[in-house]
Amino acid sequence: MLLIPCPYCGERPEVEFTHGGEAHLTRPSPPAEVDADTWTKFLYMRNNAKGVYAERWRHARGCGKFFNALRDTTTDHFIAVYKSGEARPQ
Amino acid sequence: MRKQGFSALSLIWRGLSQHQSWQQQWRKPEPKKRYDAVIVGGGGHGLGAAYYLASEHGLSNIAVLEKGWIGGGNTGRNTTIIRSNYLFNESAALYDHSVKLWENLSQVLNYNVMFSQRGVMMLAHTVHDIQVIKRHVHANRCNGVDNEWLEPEQAKAFCPPLNLSRDIRYPVLGAALQRRGGTARHDAVAWGYARAADALGVDIIENCEVTGIRRGPSGAVEGVETTRGYIQSAKVGVSAAGHTSVVMRMTGVEVPLESFPLQALVSEPVKPIFPCVVMSNTIHAYISQSDKGELVIGAGTDAYNSYTQRGALHINMHTLDAICELFPEFRRLRMLRNWGGIVDVTPDRSPIIAKTKVPGLYVNCGWGTGGFKATPGSAHLFAFTIARDEPHPINAPFTIERFHDGDLIDEAAAAAVAH
Repeated sequence: MLLIPCPYCGERPEVEFTHGGEAHLTRPSPPAEVDADTWTKFLYMRNNAKGVYAERWRHARGCGKFFNALRDTTTDHFIAVYKSGEARPQ
Repeated sequence: MRKQGFSALSLIWRGLSQHQSWQQQWRKPEPKKRYDAVIVGGGGHGLGAAYYLASEHGLSNIAVLEKGWIGGGNTGRNTTIIRSNYLFNESAALYDHSVKLWENLSQVLNYNVMFSQRGVMMLAHTVHDIQVIKRHVHANRCNGVDNEWLEPEQAKAFCPPLNLSRDIRYPVLGAALQRRGGTARHDAVAWGYARAADALGVDIIENCEVTGIRRGPSGAVEGVETTRGYIQSAKVGVSAAGHTSVVMRMTGVEVPLESFPLQALVSEPVKPIFPCVVMSNTIHAYISQSDKGELVIGAGTDAYNSYTQRGALHINMHTLDAICELFPEFRRLRMLRNWGGIVDVTPDRSPIIAKTKVPGLYVNCGWGTGGFKATPGSAHLFAFTIARDEPHPINAPFTIERFHDGDLIDEAAAAAVAH
């Protein structure tokens, strides 16, 4: 089980969290003018990185807040966590 | 190369010399400079594709490139369940094509894959389950796929260890039974295809990781860069399971995949007690007994993407809770080992077996949590697609473009593993 460092509550066990998928996906707008290629990318295409991956978590059974994390998908180690809306750390 | 055949007589004969006189099952060739077709990924699907390319489409200059060893990936990590009770017409045709190939596979390969049609039973625990499962039963029968509804007592008669108590949290209210479903020996499938393909001249190159895919001025595939040098080939078929995204990124073709750990575990071996395969989508458990006597138990996927081939213990515990309630007699069994594999999941839980926009590049991926059952069918159709440069009618709907056009084949309910 992962120990996830919630930026609000500190390190907590994975069972308190829900995974929110890839981070930094922006819904295209306005919807009526968006073409099918852009919708396909937004809805279905994911980078599925092997290595450093930016993802969303929600501390659902804790503070309830969404946040973002950088995790290495080859080791599952967390590299950084940061609040929603903040830029991805380098 | 002529292979020694397997038969009861040959087993006895070579037994007399302590089984020391068997030849190697497949060669360990050095990669050639040029092949007519290269398959990336030496799992069951990739080896099978090479075998069918050689046996049915007349290609003989083929290589299978495997970054690890044969049988070391998901082919050796699954729970060996075979069934074709999928809801939609496209999927029923695809998976039943595979079951039909399974039925003769041992004879065709001259290799005992231990295919056993012991029946796959899917349990219903709620009124909603009953409705959904009956819908599946009717849809399957319309598609010529055997499936039948069982009342709880009939389910118990088919699988005596089943707990029919009314006081458990999710009592058994009925089940669907596909009698043609069952299990096979997963390693034997990889070994059998490898041996049969090798006998037809296919080069199986282990410890050879693809690091790049080279394309010519027209955009068409010219060859692959590997850890064992450059290999020229005008046709490249990617069959790399959880690592398909990694390989496809080398070509610039986007695939709608995410890779997740999927875990399984086995108990200590016991005498034959469990006659069939039982699955429950609702409380998430599936279980069968191997011929060695171990209970083979499948757990769910972890919540997050990963390439680590391991997952969290609470996922296994969740499954064992369900198993212990359905089969209380297993509560005192000890679990022998558990492991994870990396599965490539598509948004609609249906696979992709298709040409890509890059000429000469083909992809077979997205099998997610249920690829083993499809091994022969998937391999057979992928070989057809590569050889003819067009899909077989059965795999024609399973394109990458369906995510653009909205023609999804949404099998999330039939995939049986909680995502």
